[in-house]
Amino acid sequence: MKREVVKFIIFAALVMLAPLPLKQSYLLNVLVFVGINTLLAVALNLLLGFAGQISLGHAAFFGMGAYLSGILTANFGLNPWLIIVLAAVTVGGLAFVLGFPILKLKGHYLAMATLGFGIIFYIVFNETIGLTGGPSGLPGIPNLAIGSLTFDNDLKNYYLIWGVTLLTILLCVNLAHSRIGRALRAIHDSEVAARVMGVNVRLLKVQIFALSAAISAVAGSLYAHTMTFISPTSFGFNFSVELVTMVIIGGLGSIYGSFLGAALLTLLPELLRAFRDYDIIAYGALLVFMTIFMPGGLVRGIPDLMLFLWSRLTGKRGGNAQTG
Amino acid sequence: MLKLKNINTYYGKVHALKNVSLHLVAGEIVTLIGANGAGKTTILNTLSAITPAESGEILFEGNPIHNLPPDRLVRLGIAQVPEGRQVFKPLSVEDNLELGAYLRYRSREARGTIKKDLQDVYTLFPRLLERRKQLSGTLSGGEQQMLAIGRALMTSPRLLLLDEPSMGLAPLIVQEIFRVLDGLRRERGTTILLVEQNAKAALKLADRGYVLETGKVILEGTAANLLENKEVQRAYLGKDKKEIWER
Repeated sequence: MKREVVKFIIFAALVMLAPLPLKQSYLLNVLVFVGINTLLAVALNLLLGFAGQISLGHAAFFGMGAYLSGILTANFGLNPWLIIVLAAVTVGGLAFVLGFPILKLKGHYLAMATLGFGIIFYIVFNETIGLTGGPSGLPGIPNLAIGSLTFDNDLKNYYLIWGVTLLTILLCVNLAHSRIGRALRAIHDSEVAARVMGVNVRLLKVQIFALSAAISAVAGSLYAHTMTFISPTSFGFNFSVELVTMVIIGGLGSIYGSFLGAALLTLLPELLRAFRDYDIIAYGALLVFMTIFMPGGLVRGIPDLMLFLWSRLTGKRGGNAQTG
Repeated sequence: MLKLKNINTYYGKVHALKNVSLHLVAGEIVTLIGANGAGKTTILNTLSAITPAESGEILFEGNPIHNLPPDRLVRLGIAQVPEGRQVFKPLSVEDNLELGAYLRYRSREARGTIKKDLQDVYTLFPRLLERRKQLSGTLSGGEQQMLAIGRALMTSPRLLLLDEPSMGLAPLIVQEIFRVLDGLRRERGTTILLVEQNAKAALKLADRGYVLETGKVILEGTAANLLENKEVQRAYLGKDKKEIWER
């Protein structure tokens, strides 16, 4: 446990100091999105990496959070902070109810079912034009504010979003090391064995699904208030798949891996600008390369790679470097 | 302590248990023997509500339990060591054991006894102590079986259901595991229901036995009697008594 505390403090310190050399650059804006995506990836990792249950519809929960916040604050002028809490509870509650029938399914069938509701909500966002503005989007969402402090630039939003993300990471690291975390990993490995150990598998899966959805909704609310404009394309099937990719590339069942995955997939399109029209090919090639050579995700792949390079540099045979 | 009355269990349309009735007295070791597909594992899974019974009654210390979910049964003191061990391979040995105490972490006073129970399991199986930080998937088959039993003991059971603990293990390890089971009954008074392919070893350990065939109990008796029974000898103990039964 001590190691986890040290890890978290180092991580939090790096996050807090990162904006200092950047000032108001474009990169800072990208890092705000790294924060939101990290929040989403950590939430999905609870479900996918720990409990071993796939969801191809998480963008829908993200979207619900964003639209609840957007509609209720822009059109009805309600208190945005209150709405964030309300959105988390509503979306979490909805996921709880949806979870009972859906999480009975396993493997491909579960993927299909979550894919289904993801698409249903995408259609709802598009078609309920009176509420959501439909495909042309919903403008005029206010920035969040505490008293006279309005979160209206990248630096302020950076600290707001990363504050929430760090708190969530702390919560999830704690959860992962509790008896609940152990039970989730047990479900991942063998549901029958977990059941005969007294784990209420069905309820626990639904609960973690609801928690994951609620965190995603918070991410959606923060996204809406940061962007001040939302449209359905941000919450479609593609984004659900991107989230799954972040979790897998980062490392299943590793909270900090989720950060690495989210950071890589958010920064990569920016870094690949140099390839111009071929950026999508380079992007795809990189992902293929990483899944082949880093099957454990970045969180295990990077240390392995460094050990490997170190052993090459020093001319010694690497002890346990497994990258090959 | 435990009573099954006219239990019927189905897998879809397959009638796996046909009016099975049996009972266990507290402190007993009872074994179920029979060929593949006779319904031995199904009886255990029906008991632990993994494949609930369609009809019939199960009484545990006088109370009906056939409608309870698995986690309630664990709380009542019924623990299963599932077939093929099913340890949680990506988890360390100690995490596996602590998972056995999953339900007990809720109450504060139980946390102290969990530590003590952990030590007890390590005393019972010193090999697990040596490997407590190791991922359980890297253990040998025998060690995994010890872990599976240890994990079940962490639920502090009064009734232990064991599904083929000898499967795929070297005879020496089987002896060691059976010795531990015998010790559990003698020192803690744990009641044990043992499903075994290794009928001879099981009957030597057990007080009584039931013989199953295609979902029905066809024979019951004290272990000594069953060992002497001609049909049991022919069918399950490998003695060559062809001339008697396959005329």
